[in-house]
Amino acid sequence: MNLLNIVLALPLAGFLVLLALPKDRHELIRRVALAVSLLTFVLSLGLAAGFQDDAPGFQFATDAPWISSPAIRYHVGLDGVSLWLVILTTLLTPIGILVSWRSITRSVKEFFVLFLLLEFGLAGVFVALDLFLFYVFWEVSLVPMYFLIGIWGHERRIYAAVKFFLFTMAGSVLMLAAIIWLYNTTGTFDFEVLLKLAARGNLAFSKLEELLLFLAFFVAFAIKVPLFPLHTWLPDAHVEAPTAGSVMLASVMLKMGCYGLVRFCLPLFPRASHQCAPWIVALAIVGIIYGALVAMVQPNMKKLVAYTSVSHLGFVVLGVFSFTQMGLDGAVYQMINHGISTGALFILVGYLYERQHSLEIVDYGGVATPAPCLAGVFMVTALASAGLPVLNNFVGEFLVLQGTAQVSLKWTALAATGVILAACYMLWLYQRVFFGETPEHVRAHVYDLKAREWAAMLPLIVLMVWLGTATRTFLPPISAANARILEQSQANVEVQVRLVPPGEARYAR
Amino acid sequence: MPASFVPSGAELVRFLPEIILTVVATLVMVLEALTGGRAGRELGHLSLAGLAAALAAALVAGDNPGAAFSGMIVCDGFATFFRLVVIAAGILIVLCSGDYLRREGAEKGEYYALLLYSIAGQCVMVGANELIVLFIGLEISSISSYVLAGYLRADRRANEAAVKYFLLGSFATAFLLYGVALIYGATGTTYLSGIRQALRVIEPPLPGLLVGASAALMFAGFAFKVSAAPFQVWAPDVYQGAPTPVAAFLSAGPKAAAFAVFLRVFMTAFEPIVEQWQPIVWASALATMIIGNFAALLQSNLKRLLAYSSIAHAGYVMVAIAGHSNIGTAAVMFYLAAYVFMNVGAFAVVAYFSRQGERYLNVQDLAGLGARQPVTAALLSIFLLSLIGVPLTGGFFGKFYIFKAALDAGLIWLTVLGLLNSAVAAYYYLRILVVMYMHEPGEATADLPPLGAALKTTLWSCALATLLLGIFPSLVLDYAGRSALLGR
Repeated sequence: MNLLNIVLALPLAGFLVLLALPKDRHELIRRVALAVSLLTFVLSLGLAAGFQDDAPGFQFATDAPWISSPAIRYHVGLDGVSLWLVILTTLLTPIGILVSWRSITRSVKEFFVLFLLLEFGLAGVFVALDLFLFYVFWEVSLVPMYFLIGIWGHERRIYAAVKFFLFTMAGSVLMLAAIIWLYNTTGTFDFEVLLKLAARGNLAFSKLEELLLFLAFFVAFAIKVPLFPLHTWLPDAHVEAPTAGSVMLASVMLKMGCYGLVRFCLPLFPRASHQCAPWIVALAIVGIIYGALVAMVQPNMKKLVAYTSVSHLGFVVLGVFSFTQMGLDGAVYQMINHGISTGALFILVGYLYERQHSLEIVDYGGVATPAPCLAGVFMVTALASAGLPVLNNFVGEFLVLQGTAQVSLKWTALAATGVILAACYMLWLYQRVFFGETPEHVRAHVYDLKAREWAAMLPLIVLMVWLGTATRTFLPPISAANARILEQSQANVEVQVRLVPPGEARYAR
Repeated sequence: MPASFVPSGAELVRFLPEIILTVVATLVMVLEALTGGRAGRELGHLSLAGLAAALAAALVAGDNPGAAFSGMIVCDGFATFFRLVVIAAGILIVLCSGDYLRREGAEKGEYYALLLYSIAGQCVMVGANELIVLFIGLEISSISSYVLAGYLRADRRANEAAVKYFLLGSFATAFLLYGVALIYGATGTTYLSGIRQALRVIEPPLPGLLVGASAALMFAGFAFKVSAAPFQVWAPDVYQGAPTPVAAFLSAGPKAAAFAVFLRVFMTAFEPIVEQWQPIVWASALATMIIGNFAALLQSNLKRLLAYSSIAHAGYVMVAIAGHSNIGTAAVMFYLAAYVFMNVGAFAVVAYFSRQGERYLNVQDLAGLGARQPVTAALLSIFLLSLIGVPLTGGFFGKFYIFKAALDAGLIWLTVLGLLNSAVAAYYYLRILVVMYMHEPGEATADLPPLGAALKTTLWSCALATLLLGIFPSLVLDYAGRSALLGR
């Protein structure tokens, strides 16, 4: 039994254990959930420790038959792209549990049961190497999130939950059709086998066929990312979800889409990816600017943070479809950054909500006076999100922009406005909430961070600085994996000028 | 064929499930009269024992494959599979009927006897290799179902349902019989294999109009029984009016059996003219899915909603039939098996929830079930998620195999439209989940009685079967794949 299987199985085991616990033992349920998720996190660190940066292929792999006909296998494994996403998932789950410790008061058992099931589904998505298995995890993660939003959310939770489910479902059924089509033409769901077929040029689709297959996958992923104009479910879902739900949604679930683009779209459909890239890049840039502009004028804090996601994830898509080593590295790096900093923002907004029971910016002001620590932590997070050097987002965005610049300066210039706008909306938000006169109701209700709240935030703050300064910890495995993906995505593509020799693009060492 | 009218021992073994079911049903009838109608509960137990024996007999018969009664009945893997499905559906229905009937003060032996006769008829249908036997089986099954639909005599809705079902059903069987007569006129035989051979002959050509008309008429008959468009109109009214366990039964056993004969007739007898019937099935599949799903979006009555959902699911099955391949046949078999469990489970919850006189049938009535009865709600959620087609449930693999078979057969548009349909379908199933978990508890969930033991057994076995089929589908699919050959 290798470590990856244990990391994957633990949340599921925790899910079953929690199901068996009596429903009125709230404290016990919380503790078990936290213990299971912490243990999962600690074990998942072992994955990073045992990971070999330069080893080719997938590590910690398990490949066992599941269903004989059609041949569906339980095939999981890690490479540099999935490694950090798995750890991001296992890190944010205990944090989400900590955040929900007191704020979830009804149906406590169900909440934590679903939360662990969510962790199982999300982690599974990032490690599945069988397309069918991938689809299973993809859909499995949908169900708990639907309930998390719908049961524990705010006023318009039902609308948001149903919209979220239907958007994702509509995208994923087409992906299912494409997966079946791939199987019917190649006889396998196995991603590694498919890659080998592609490398040998045996994955021969007609141009139209490849385009349609690519689009079927792409639309499913683009809805999840979400790429403008498919993003409309996101503000609703984020605003209505409970804090922990927003955190998992923004930090991990959106990465499922980005991950899918990198993992499947690029290597399997290189020609179609290149063919569609200009359109996709255009949408990504529109998303970056549009998301930032809309965020700027939001009166609701959570909605503001939600729209920043649209903007930030535009960078990820831009990086992916620049087809450069730096762009791709930046995109993957930015996935993790966004997970950390936006997750932290949602947690902080959740803290404010717990104190004041309002998400409207106008209900706040001068919060820094009664809650200096909260203000300080928020400051760091806001600056990270705005892309201040030394903090995490700067690295990711910089790499993406540099990678894009190798292809087109025009794109870079347009996308860079997103960074400027990010500073505007974040600082303006900060000013309105934390500075100025402290109204009476704020003074009465707002208190500073408590120990449990610190415990949830501290790891994220540390990571923001770590990711922003010591890129060497994180970047080498990502670069190695991306170099391979890039190579696969250049196969069979005739017109593609390589601006940088692949070796040189491996900076950072 | 030598004219031997005395069946051999082996032939009787192959026909054993039907014999057991008929004998037990008759026994129940007689005992009902002898006890003066006071032993309904015990007769229910007897029926259950009879069904269990029939299930065992079906397995024994499956071990002795071959023909019986001059080849009119065939006991092959396909027949055995469907026999097991309809008998298992019968067991589940008997289990969840007891509480319901006692509540309505109508637990009589005749209910169980009718159920057993109907199941016997379905067993005859799925093994029929000749059109007259097929017709007899269909009639045994249907006539019992007509009576069952109107079983609650004092209930006006049930009466309306029964009359509608009977009138429309009679028309449909008449169509079918007309089709049988025409094909006999054209080919001179009623054996499926004989028809197939006759249709294969190129010189001299058969009268095309006659054969086409026959196939069309038989299609109409079968489409009515499986509630496929454009012959689906009866289903919502009948499901809504019939007692809930009967509605569950109609959506399970008779439907599965009707699909079985549909497949057998069109994949063996009419297989040579597949080019002609395939576009019709294609169009019917699409129309059935669209009508079922979009009409279900607007329903607020749970039984009506499940009725339209059952129409939509018939549409998915038709997609696989349109694929006309062995994989498609296997997909249909798997799907129907999974469908029986998830749908009977969902109906069983409705039967339990509606309470005396079926007062609570509105979707809105379920408000707060998740908080008040978490286990029941969780079980219903499993059935609904399976009906949506979420992975790790039987419904997902059913859909997966169906659309895989359709893509295999090159039906790309039908697959894409079908998959989009299943995304639409998610909405109305989700609505039930929303009400159950996310709305404030209402009065309808306030004084729910505890679940009875029999009902609990039904729900748990349905849920376990749904999950089992979703996690280890090979158990059933491998068998289905082996027995999908259908006389080729």
